[in-house]
Amino acid sequence: MNLIVEKRELNPTTTLLKLSAPEIAAKALPGQFVIVRTGQLGERIPLTISDYNRTAGTVTIIFQKVGATTMLLGSLKEGESVTDLAGPLGMPTELDGYRKVAVVGGGVGCAIAYPQAKFLHTNGAQVDLIAGFRSKEIVILEEEMRAASTRFFLATDDGSYGEKGFVTDILAKQIEAGANYDAVIAIGPVPMMRAVANVTRPYQIKTIVSLNPIMIDGTGMCGGCRVTVGGKVKFACVDGPDFDGHQVDFDQLMRRNSAFKAQETEKKDHVCHLFGGN
Amino acid sequence: MPNLMEKNKMPTQAPQVRCHNFDEVELGYTPELAKAEAERCLNCKTKPCVSGCPVNVDIPAFIARLKEGDCAGAFSVIHESSSLPAVCGRVCPQESQCEKHCVRAVKGEAVSIGRLERYVADWHNAQPESEVARPKPTGKKVAVVGAGPAGLTCAGDLARAGHAVTVFESLHLAGGVLSYGIPEFRLPKSIVAQEIAGLEKLGVEILTDHVVGKVTSVDELFMQGYDAVFLSTGAGLPNFMNIPGEMLLGVYSANEFLTRINLMKAYLPESDTPVAPVHRVAVVGGGNVAMDAARCALRMGADEVYIVYRRSMAEMPARAEEVKHAQEEGIRFNTLMNPTEILGDENGHVRAIRCIRMELGEPDASGRRRPVEIAGSEFEMEVDTVIMAIGTSPNPLIKKTTADLETNRKGCFVVDESMHTSKQAVWAGGDAVTGAATVISAMGAGKTAARAICEYLGQSEK
Repeated sequence: MNLIVEKRELNPTTTLLKLSAPEIAAKALPGQFVIVRTGQLGERIPLTISDYNRTAGTVTIIFQKVGATTMLLGSLKEGESVTDLAGPLGMPTELDGYRKVAVVGGGVGCAIAYPQAKFLHTNGAQVDLIAGFRSKEIVILEEEMRAASTRFFLATDDGSYGEKGFVTDILAKQIEAGANYDAVIAIGPVPMMRAVANVTRPYQIKTIVSLNPIMIDGTGMCGGCRVTVGGKVKFACVDGPDFDGHQVDFDQLMRRNSAFKAQETEKKDHVCHLFGGN
Repeated sequence: MPNLMEKNKMPTQAPQVRCHNFDEVELGYTPELAKAEAERCLNCKTKPCVSGCPVNVDIPAFIARLKEGDCAGAFSVIHESSSLPAVCGRVCPQESQCEKHCVRAVKGEAVSIGRLERYVADWHNAQPESEVARPKPTGKKVAVVGAGPAGLTCAGDLARAGHAVTVFESLHLAGGVLSYGIPEFRLPKSIVAQEIAGLEKLGVEILTDHVVGKVTSVDELFMQGYDAVFLSTGAGLPNFMNIPGEMLLGVYSANEFLTRINLMKAYLPESDTPVAPVHRVAVVGGGNVAMDAARCALRMGADEVYIVYRRSMAEMPARAEEVKHAQEEGIRFNTLMNPTEILGDENGHVRAIRCIRMELGEPDASGRRRPVEIAGSEFEMEVDTVIMAIGTSPNPLIKKTTADLETNRKGCFVVDESMHTSKQAVWAGGDAVTGAATVISAMGAGKTAARAICEYLGQSEK
């Protein structure tokens, strides 16, 4: 159960795990997530499903090793298993009926933007995939994203690869040039999603963002993942994780995501020592 | 001559000691205390206590065995009606059920039925494991969705009738509220594990990490060959008050706070799940969940913990024993007040809660006197943590994915007197039907449904 059938390090801090989970693979759709737990006193964390293969019975997760739990998860090897895996959770992204879409991914968010682009592209939509990274060393899934898009744009903050600048610069340019998108799907760090929503707002282009608030159960029980959307409180685990980017209170989301920062830093330092890391 | 008017007291950890640990508060009767308490039972012919028990345990019969020193006999009497006696003895609100009807309570204190039940169950659990005879299989398969008190009870009764039962649990651990909600110091998790192991010995299969409504739909369960389905998906989304400030850091639902601590073991230093440090805590609500959250906050190191409740002590729905324990531990009860706003500091963290004083007016639909705001009585309490323990709404996952399953305005499954839903061969019970209620009423629903399912499966054989 939950066997790791493939593990790849995509960049120094980002890991891909392909897990054997036939039941989840049979049902998964783009935009949904799984809850993963490692170890008997491990934390439950939500990770968006970045790919699935119904025939092989596998789901793929891609995560950045930013805290104790993701470092622990990243230390597992092929042939080992994750302790718990539950899903597919959350509502799938509504991807039907679009003819022309911009899919915008930021950093490890590209791992989730990619399956959306792939789904749309496979189903005949014209897809502009705009991927942004801090620098060349951390670029992931370039070939996969290129194959899943009609046009592929890549930007780095420092200009070490692709265009210098932000995904929003490219998006704004394309909109200005008359790209005429039916929808924009933005997945990445909260400030990036907020910036994308700000770019599309004046044009009233439907903008879908995938939120990543703190969760425990992921099934509609703890209420930790509540976010304000259009002035109403929503639970990302059952109402989302996708929401209308023009309606989300991003500042509040950022603040709430920092709720356990002090404790997380302490745990991470502890795990770093264990693994002899930095 | 012993004093027969009062209950024999159960030894407990001293309040000033226990408020710093998660070990069980009540230590249980000794054999001598159990015998003395059993002697208080008048063995009434009419058995009024039994009518107060949601699962109709033959209380005078088990106490009579206990008087004779026959613990095994006492256990088998209880076990005929209750699948989880070690749990019920600890968490049932006996004062509003069996003990309420005890003749001794007319002039003095009721027989402590709960403590005796606990004593018998603990005695049984301490015995060497015995082989459980598995009943002859009927060839029928039942799916139970949710491994809480309703689901486990239903599964146990169905397994004893020879049906093959699979329990699907969405979390990584079975037990439902017994695992994620009720704290270790009130219900040790080893007891929950033991009760669940007992069901597994009966042949019940428990699949954790399996979210019915997502990975499998109810219709698919039938396609997979299950002959009947029991939905016990429990209390779902936590309610909030919809007052300003509920999104501030330091505001938790009781579900979240308790799950972090109980299911995820945040009180152990080696657990990976955090709880931010708590100092001054307001818990809003007056039920058992509020008491549990308040007492957990104290054990997590809080200096001051307040219960904020809009009615008075008399209307408080929590079990009397829990209120007493909370008071002994130093929890402050701020009754007749209601929060109107949570105030934050410049970092978006809770700094205070604004409350308004209340008075009791005319009785409302629940029969309790309605709390009414006293105009102009607002004031602020300085706190850094606010925990909302004001109930839950049913989980939406199954409703969303099962078209022909009727729910009421609140999202609870609609059932008939045998707990059957609007969907053929689907029963439901527990909080998913009633909204947040007690462990024992969920168990009662599980039993009723199991009986109806057995009847249905028996008929479908013919």
